[in-house]
Amino acid sequence: MTAARRLGWLAAAALVVGLGAAFGYAPREAVQGNVQRIMYVHVPAVLTAYVAFGLVLVGSVGYLATRALRWDRLAAAAAELGVLFTGITIASGSIWGKPTWGTWWTWDARLTSTAVLFLVYVGYLLLRATADEPERRARFAAVVGIVGAANIPIVHFSVKWWRALHQPSTILGPEPSPIAPPIAHALAANWVAFTLLFAYLLTLRMAVARLEEADAA
Amino acid sequence: MISAAGLRKAFGRQLALDAVSLEVGAGECVAILGPNGAGKTTLLRILATALRPSAGSLRVGGVDALRDPDAARALLRLVAHGSHLYEELTALENLRFWSAMLAAPGAGSADAAAPRAALAEVGLDAVADERVRTFSAGMKRRLALARGLLGDARALVLDEPASGLDRQGRAWLGGFLARFTGRGGAVVMATHGFEGALEVAARVVVLARGRVVLDRPALALTADGLREAYDEAVAAEMVQ
Amino acid sequence: MSRYAGRAWAVLWKDLLVERRAKESANALLFFTVTLLFLFQFALGTDRERLEAVLPGLLWLAVVLSGLLGLGRLFVAERENDCWEALRLVPGDRSAIFVGKLAANVVLLAMLEVVLVVLVALFYGVALGHALPALAVVMALGTLGLAAIGTLFGALTAPLRAREVLFPVLLLPAQVPVLLGAVSATGTALAGRPLADAQPWLGLLAAADCVYLVLGVLTFEFVLET
Repeated sequence: MTAARRLGWLAAAALVVGLGAAFGYAPREAVQGNVQRIMYVHVPAVLTAYVAFGLVLVGSVGYLATRALRWDRLAAAAAELGVLFTGITIASGSIWGKPTWGTWWTWDARLTSTAVLFLVYVGYLLLRATADEPERRARFAAVVGIVGAANIPIVHFSVKWWRALHQPSTILGPEPSPIAPPIAHALAANWVAFTLLFAYLLTLRMAVARLEEADAA
Repeated sequence: MISAAGLRKAFGRQLALDAVSLEVGAGECVAILGPNGAGKTTLLRILATALRPSAGSLRVGGVDALRDPDAARALLRLVAHGSHLYEELTALENLRFWSAMLAAPGAGSADAAAPRAALAEVGLDAVADERVRTFSAGMKRRLALARGLLGDARALVLDEPASGLDRQGRAWLGGFLARFTGRGGAVVMATHGFEGALEVAARVVVLARGRVVLDRPALALTADGLREAYDEAVAAEMVQ
Repeated sequence: MSRYAGRAWAVLWKDLLVERRAKESANALLFFTVTLLFLFQFALGTDRERLEAVLPGLLWLAVVLSGLLGLGRLFVAERENDCWEALRLVPGDRSAIFVGKLAANVVLLAMLEVVLVVLVALFYGVALGHALPALAVVMALGTLGLAAIGTLFGALTAPLRAREVLFPVLLLPAQVPVLLGAVSATGTALAGRPLADAQPWLGLLAAADCVYLVLGVLTFEFVLET
């Protein structure tokens, strides 16, 4: 079995463990009830998305420094997965929000930042889709990738302060207040599972990209 | 001055240039002839460092142009189909702008005289303050060549400089190039016209299907002789 | 003056000269901005208090939308006559071209903003006299940030076929932080409060401006290459 396949099975196993922990092992939350279990998907998803965007930065800088296309493949694959996991974050946040806050969407700091980031990287993917030559596409995407990564902290602070300005009352944030050990364990298990899944999908996506390039050449 | 060896350029699966070598010395004018699609424009753009070759070497003024394209760009000027001029500016304003952009390091802004001198060289001083928008095609070509003189350029890479020029224009072009090479400059130009090539160039190179099929001094050829040799060489290349 | 500064200045001067002479497009942009003010009025109704409350937002919306139309133009103009290629072949540090273009964009946006502020004061009957110095500072910081990103992405999208769609798609999310900061700080300025009250927004704007400026200068070469 190839290394990638093994990684895939490992990820699948970890997911089973993680989700089992989320639904079986972790206790039912007092205030929110079972809906709170969505956190076990929501939080690992956003963490994985940030890892993905970090890899986009690495790939972008790597490409501009070495001009080796494999860095570009890394950046592209990571961006696609980053957008996917960000989408999962937003969707799971929304599903969590409806029964909890009574609304599908709220302009709280975290959701808003995540939404802006989602738009930034969707823009990155759209740029890749419309630039045809591989070399120019890699170069332009790298520049946008670097600007996008630089934006992450700026967006984070600006939205946080904006929220503080406009709604001083605290809202139930998507995080457990006292972290009881079973919750922490389940969270960690799911995070590991998501990371493995991400690594597996990344490897696959990069392999496909390499084949596509070889085919076009 | 310009020394290219083994230049190869592939666009995806298409091979535009294959093992092209070319030497152009200071004070020499080389004309490149060839049928459409032979790779003349590709070759010129590579020589001017506007395009990177897939393989091969290029030295300009003794410097490795592939490793240090900026050093080459300080010495070369490309004058191609686009005039590289701003239509809304006057001739003098255009040259002043390009003079500032093309100034050699350490020249400072002391080269204020260069734009006017270049205008005089191409005979456009009378219209220095007219907007380029009002110029005829021939005048724009002359201004583009004036731009090529800025920043102490020592080599001109010209893509069909005579196209769109009438007989007088072509005669003027010949004189201009002769003066440039007389001052020690090197010229590489792609051209379609046989007579023009022989009158102006010291050497003629024929390119077909991305390969050099003829490279002879102009003195060794007459117009008919050149045409024959051209047809022969191109046909032989096509057959392969 | 150093060669770098000389080039940036040459680009700035050339772009402003060309814009002034090609009057049609600059005028059209100005007209667009004025039309926006009318649109806001129609969309939001005549409730004075409501308008005054959202005035900072309207002001910056007008700037951002005008920027969408205007910030890319300087590079698209270089496509004519292959001047873009000639700029690529200029020897030496070409990031001076970015600085020059950025300066030109800032000047153009600033001119639009002056008109905007005057018209806003007229149309919405808002007294702005006391707030002008503070407002000027905030608008300068905000404009620099918007223009820096706009100039970089303008250069990047200029050679692409889908540039008309891609430019706004890339630009708007990147401008969100500057927009948030500028609107908040403008609110403070218009309310007549001292600028110190507009922290941390001014700090954010200054930081964002620096980041985008540095990124622009560093990455422009890569955008300019073939």
